[in-house]
Amino acid sequence: METILFYVLAAVTLLSAVFVVFLRRPIHNVLFMILTMVGLATLFILLHAEFLAMVQIIVYAGAVMVLFLFVIMLLNLEELDLPKAPRPLRWGFGIILSLAFAVILFPIFSHFVPTIMGKAQSGTAAAGASNMELIARELFTTYLLPFEIASVLLLAAIIGTVVIGRKLTQK
Amino acid sequence: MVTLEHYLVLSALLFSLGMVGVMFRRNLIVILMSLELMMNAVNLSFVAFSRYLGSIEGQVFVLFVMVVAAAEVAVGLAIAVAVFRERGTININDISLLKW
Repeated sequence: METILFYVLAAVTLLSAVFVVFLRRPIHNVLFMILTMVGLATLFILLHAEFLAMVQIIVYAGAVMVLFLFVIMLLNLEELDLPKAPRPLRWGFGIILSLAFAVILFPIFSHFVPTIMGKAQSGTAAAGASNMELIARELFTTYLLPFEIASVLLLAAIIGTVVIGRKLTQK
Repeated sequence: MVTLEHYLVLSALLFSLGMVGVMFRRNLIVILMSLELMMNAVNLSFVAFSRYLGSIEGQVFVLFVMVVAAAEVAVGLAIAVAVFRERGTININDISLLKW
């Protein structure tokens, strides 16, 4: 089961990475990059790094890629000619994909309704310290100084971004 | 059975793809995205090593890589916007001021 999952996820990640590099339009690159990030997050879950998987989705797929999208929209590098109303085919695809997503979420639903799939599995992470607890312990003891320096780096990046992105005024 | 080598091969392939993007694409934004791809490939091998060597430190390092990557993207995109404002293009063939 794990082997099959690995090969499927690796194929999705690699294929979307190929599209990131070789597609012409920047907007398609960004959308496939999001798919790559989600694929990598699922691989992290497969590697039992649940905390990093969540961070990957929130930081990369959520924040960084939205930043890319904003800049591409802002620079308006291409004329988008989207059709006015969604075609029936597109509606069909949307509905099918939403249903597929609901099926993916189904194990989570069954956690709340235990009678559907028998006993809900519980307590796999409760054995020993959780992944997040291990990372936090390491981060706030051994790597406390790098952690603080990282926050200074982020502050410097914020200030630098604001200074560079500011509208230049002629003196 | 998925071994460490599987993840390392996948990570190497992703890294190579990112490198192809950096070398052959001319769009500054796509180049930044390929850099992200390379960093994510490194992250994947970090997490794989962390899992198969039974040490959590690899995952801590991934967090730091993510911090640096986020800072790099923010500054890089700000530079892209500034260059576009100045030159009206982000094709790197037209922005070769420091090249001799």
